Amino acid sequence: MYHINEIVKNNTLIPSILAEADANDYIINIGPQHPATHGVLNLLITLNGETIKKVEPHLGFIHRSMEKMCESLSYRQFIYVTSRMDYLSAHINNHACALLVEKALQIEVPERAQYIRVIMDELTRIASHLLWWGAMAMDMGAFTPYFYAFRERELLTEIMEDTCGARLTMNYMVPGGVMQDPHEKFQHRVTTEFLPLLKSKLHEYEELVTDNIIFQNRVKDVGILSKEDAISYGCSGPTARASGVECDIRKLYPYDIYNKVEFNEVFETAGDSMARYLVRMKEIKESVSIIEQLIDNIPEGDFQAKTKAVLKLPKGEFYQRVETARGELGIFVVSEGGTTPYRIKFRSPGFSNLSCLDHITRGSKIGDLVASMGTLDLVIPDIDR
Amino acid sequence: MISFENIVKWIQAFLSAHLPHIWVLAVEAVIIIIAAIALFAILGLVLVIMERRVAAFMQIRFGPNRVGPWGLLQSTADTIKLIMKESIVPDNSDKFLFNLAPFMVMIPAMLILAPINFAKHFFIWDLNIGILFVSSISSISVIGILMGGWASSNKYSLHGAMRSGAQIVSYELSGGLSILTIIVLCGSLKVSDIITAQETGWWIFRGHIPAIIAFVIYMIAVTAETNRAPFDLAEAESELTAGFHTEYSGMRFALFFLAEYINIFIVCAVGATLFFGGWMPFHIGTWHAFNHIMDFIPSSIWFFGKTFFLIFLIMWFRWTFPRLRIDQLLNLEWKYLMPISMVNLLVMTVCAIYHLHF
Repeated sequence: MYHINEIVKNNTLIPSILAEADANDYIINIGPQHPATHGVLNLLITLNGETIKKVEPHLGFIHRSMEKMCESLSYRQFIYVTSRMDYLSAHINNHACALLVEKALQIEVPERAQYIRVIMDELTRIASHLLWWGAMAMDMGAFTPYFYAFRERELLTEIMEDTCGARLTMNYMVPGGVMQDPHEKFQHRVTTEFLPLLKSKLHEYEELVTDNIIFQNRVKDVGILSKEDAISYGCSGPTARASGVECDIRKLYPYDIYNKVEFNEVFETAGDSMARYLVRMKEIKESVSIIEQLIDNIPEGDFQAKTKAVLKLPKGEFYQRVETARGELGIFVVSEGGTTPYRIKFRSPGFSNLSCLDHITRGSKIGDLVASMGTLDLVIPDIDR
Repeated sequence: MISFENIVKWIQAFLSAHLPHIWVLAVEAVIIIIAAIALFAILGLVLVIMERRVAAFMQIRFGPNRVGPWGLLQSTADTIKLIMKESIVPDNSDKFLFNLAPFMVMIPAMLILAPINFAKHFFIWDLNIGILFVSSISSISVIGILMGGWASSNKYSLHGAMRSGAQIVSYELSGGLSILTIIVLCGSLKVSDIITAQETGWWIFRGHIPAIIAFVIYMIAVTAETNRAPFDLAEAESELTAGFHTEYSGMRFALFFLAEYINIFIVCAVGATLFFGGWMPFHIGTWHAFNHIMDFIPSSIWFFGKTFFLIFLIMWFRWTFPRLRIDQLLNLEWKYLMPISMVNLLVMTVCAIYHLHF
């Protein structure tokens, strides 16, 4: 077994965790290839037996320099790159880009398109939360919930496939509206197939995981993030709302028709893993209610506003934020008046949410680290763009 | 009538008629070894396919259904793949211990087979301390796991091995105490005596509440002892990738894998023997006609039926529950299961003395 000093000696790039480590520290690499990280995230953890002394996330394994890529793509093209960022909220990422371009060019989006966009956003949110639920349960060692979650998600991906032609990285939102009218059976499938199925199966989720005593013991009082810490680490989305922070962009800065629908911002105050879990489970129900309000009332009209073939943003700086399934996604564009952005910056929710991992897991067990990571809902391509 | 008992008697008579005594023993030993290894191989294949089909059943999917009829040859194909694979030994490992470890897990599993009654009067060696033998030999397998974890020179392996050590040593206590609960009822450690004592009814029914508590604790303890979910902390896929066998590949890994399934079979066979009467058919008091009909079902079917029912229970646990955390695991044993089983043993002793059981 390597002695700690040997590792330090052989490495030219010494991570700070190794430089600070005592000779007796027991350092383990979790990742980049590890079942719990759901992607290529590397966590260097210092252990004292089973107890965690320090966690240091190392990023960059799936960095695709998206921000630089976007600088050479037109305002119609760069949208498609963002579906590969947080691939579980592809629609919502695209929505943010479309909103930004519309804001900059002052394009009036037809109401029909707004309705369709919001429905798609909420369907994506449900799909994302379902996948998170399965993956989180798998982190806890229960394999079966994964398949239960995918049963419902499968129908959702089929509906997406009908309309957008893709099952995962959907590219449907364009500046000025959506790419095409939804599939003629879209409304029918959502109202008669998907929503009844999801509602009839939600109780299974509660019975299988939420009410399970082993699960509750694993997540209660684990990875506690206080309200102040959630704010200072810049956490957003369900992670921050579980600590009682009011941060739902749909409520605070409503976009499209979010100010017309009625829904509750879900809060928990405990800030532990159980609270984060409950917030997401309740958000599924809120999303269902949003979809129910809109799906039968989609107005007739155009699905896309008339826009110029080549979009040129005026000179200046533009910022647009949306609420993805993981939290606040911000897109910042500096334009020099050309057809491509001069500089583009994404503020991804996963990066900030990951940053609190060391804080919330210090002093807990390895099992708690996995539980906290599961409930933070990390998507690695979202952290590393 | 053809039964295992008659086959054994016939072989014994045939050999004694033709060979001197010492050669009879030698030939019988060879037959037993071959039969035991064959049983191992078959059990491994059957249990793996069973696990995968049970998992598929729990997870609303089909499971293996391509290789052979209903996918039954899937595990055979997997075994061939594992044999063909290169067995990698890490550079920094302690090579001797690394190679020895899988066998240290496998050999105890084989030894425990000896006192188990597979059918009426069909066993390898019905020694008078049968159950004690089982519980003591089964503790040896933890040495193999610790050895493998240490010799791998991998931090995940070492961590998994240490967890496994803590876990198996703790859970053996409550497992042993729940076994003792039944022993005080029948007053013998000999496996065949325990089974014959259950002729009028299985202990789980006759011993009423203490026996049921003992059975529940026994099932929890053996699930932990065999490192199965929800107590699979030694492997803990999402925490330690594969735990103590992270560095093992090919046939060495297969031995660990096989030993796990053999251990499940053995603990379930012991459980079936203690609580469900082993090969003893289901009898109800004085319903002689009913009991007579039950006697027509061969004893081996009774034994394997009960054992596989318990195996199904253990698989059901695995595909339903999340994993415990290490401190919760040890709390469960030392704060709950062990005190409960001690009190339970006391209650059962009182019941046995005053004949409060049925």
